[in-house]
Amino acid sequence: MTEPILRVTDLQKYFGDLHVLKGIDFSVEAGERIAIIGGSGSGKSTFLRCLNFMEMPSGGTIALDGKPIGKPHGRDGARRYPESELCTVRERVGMVFQQFNLFPHMTVLENVMEGLLTVKGMRNAAARERAVRELEKVGLGTKLDAYPGKLSGGQQQRVAIARALAMEPEILLFDEPTSSLDPELVGEVLRVIRQLADEGRTMLLVTHELGFAYHFATKVIFLADGVFHEVGTPDDVLKNPRQERTRAFLERFTEFGF
Amino acid sequence: MDYQFDFVLVLRSLPVLLRGLLVTVELWVPSIFIGLCAGFLLSLARLSKSPWLRMPSLFYIELFRDTPVLIQLIWFFYAFPIIIGVQLSPFAAALLGLALNTSAYSAEIFRGGIQSIAQGQWEGARALGMRRSKILQRIILPQVFKRMLPAFTNRAIEVAKMSSLASVLSVHELMYQGRLLSSTYYRPLEILTTVAFIYFVLIYPGTWLSARLERRLAAKA
Amino acid sequence: MSYHWDFSGVWSRWDLLLTGLVNTVKIAGISIVFGVIVGLLLAFMKLSPRRFLSVPATAFIEFYRNTPPIIHFFWFYYALPVLANVSLNPFLAAVLALSTQSGAFYAEVFRGGIVSIEKGQWEGARALGMRHSQLMRRIILPQALTRMFAPFVERSFELTKTTALASTLAYADLLYQAMLVNSETFRPLEVYTTIALMYVILLVTASTLARVAEARLTAYR
Repeated sequence: MTEPILRVTDLQKYFGDLHVLKGIDFSVEAGERIAIIGGSGSGKSTFLRCLNFMEMPSGGTIALDGKPIGKPHGRDGARRYPESELCTVRERVGMVFQQFNLFPHMTVLENVMEGLLTVKGMRNAAARERAVRELEKVGLGTKLDAYPGKLSGGQQQRVAIARALAMEPEILLFDEPTSSLDPELVGEVLRVIRQLADEGRTMLLVTHELGFAYHFATKVIFLADGVFHEVGTPDDVLKNPRQERTRAFLERFTEFGF
Repeated sequence: MDYQFDFVLVLRSLPVLLRGLLVTVELWVPSIFIGLCAGFLLSLARLSKSPWLRMPSLFYIELFRDTPVLIQLIWFFYAFPIIIGVQLSPFAAALLGLALNTSAYSAEIFRGGIQSIAQGQWEGARALGMRRSKILQRIILPQVFKRMLPAFTNRAIEVAKMSSLASVLSVHELMYQGRLLSSTYYRPLEILTTVAFIYFVLIYPGTWLSARLERRLAAKA
Repeated sequence: MSYHWDFSGVWSRWDLLLTGLVNTVKIAGISIVFGVIVGLLLAFMKLSPRRFLSVPATAFIEFYRNTPPIIHFFWFYYALPVLANVSLNPFLAAVLALSTQSGAFYAEVFRGGIVSIEKGQWEGARALGMRHSQLMRRIILPQALTRMFAPFVERSFELTKTTALASTLAYADLLYQAMLVNSETFRPLEVYTTIALMYVILLVTASTLARVAEARLTAYR
């Protein structure tokens, strides 16, 4: 068996007194595509955001290539994370946000080049070349000099995907990438993600699009109350759930289906 | 620095300074009251469709916003009486200047507030069959007023600070008494620091209130 | 109204008023520069997680925001020399008063601009692996600067109007020169109306320039 890229052990997260993640053990192997589903407030976004330290874990360890990130600090299992180490981790674990989070004062091209210039230290010409290539791949080769504010939500999200891809991350995290899009724009973003799946990339996706999750994922996780309630293949979890809780959740989604 | 701070002098000056504070309040409260009422009418003129109402109100507002308050007070004391042919007391000139200045600034607050109410509110009320005046009175203004409360509090703070300029016209308010005492006793450090402290005590609750209101409104939105 | 306006007196001493205008612009410009330096320092102190930096900065800012400007002019001119054994000329005292008080307001403008940038912008940059210094320089500050621009200009206009208080220390600004002209010509209505209009022209010109600059800065929106 190969060593997983990412291994999470006993992950805990508190927001004040609120216990959001209650000891999660989890690992990601190369080429896996994992869909994380669950109700709102279940902690699924928080879980994803802990993996690249957008949220700081309150306890437990996250290891990349078998090497735990951060240093033990204090007695309650919390760790301290030096900035330089987090920067390295985030360079290897990319993220696409629900709200895109593009930089409004930069053009589409500049948005994609930004990380290459400042983080990777690439030269302008090389960065430009790679950025153009990624933007063409998501179908935005003609929008290089547009500002994000002038694009549709779907186009903005595709720029955000290109921006993350340009960094050549080993793992790509998607945090509800289509939740803030108008229904008719969802398709264009999902098609891009599907294309990445075909390339064999390692990805984690938090989503409400159960149909897409079924076709996209190699593994589906149902998260509720801060723990993994059910983990399995898409067929297991989405078609033949064993847990009552999972079934109830899926029924709510299919109530008005046709 | 071995300067001896004379606390006894501060205590002895307090009664005079507090009498000055009373005059400050007498300038402050009416200025705000008159300024708000006049400012509301002015904002309606400013939002009016008729250029005969809109242009003069715009001119008036800009005139007050683009000149120093001190010059306004001096103008009302030295220049304005020549036009009306009646000499104004320093207090009356200061009150007039402060109130009109406040009206110009509050007109802009009212205007911003009324314009910030979403079109949907007007439409929702109109769909119920309400008249324009009723809509303004029952739907728009209550929302405007709540939303504008921090801005009005800020204005009140500014007026309290501006009222100190009346000392230049020899109105016997707090700043004037402070200047007088400090030159009488040759103790500017004690007296002026005390005056600054009294102003702080007078004004800070307003700042605190305005910040609280703003936070509460932001939390609701 | 039978008053006969007569501007000949004002015209005959236009050189005095011009000097006053130049001095007003000069003291405003210098105080803006120093005010920005004070403001940046205070803003970074207040944003700091270290309490021994943020608490004094907050106290300084709150003190200045809650006391009238005129008291600072008098304090620096009359009280500081007692305390520090230096004597200041009116110009220096006025620049000190103006730049410390505007610094307190600028600090809030700068800090407000930085904290107004959405959380997503910080996260977007962090998710790329950018360091704090890079993220500040390339993502947050460029956006914050455009947001600070309008309140910064507004604050600078307030400062420019406040320079009129320097006349109370006998600094030869526009208002002080107007008083001189008035004492020669005995035409307060004409003199004070003239300088009020000069202020209007000065500020309207400046705000037009500012609006052009702002349109360029925010072109991407």
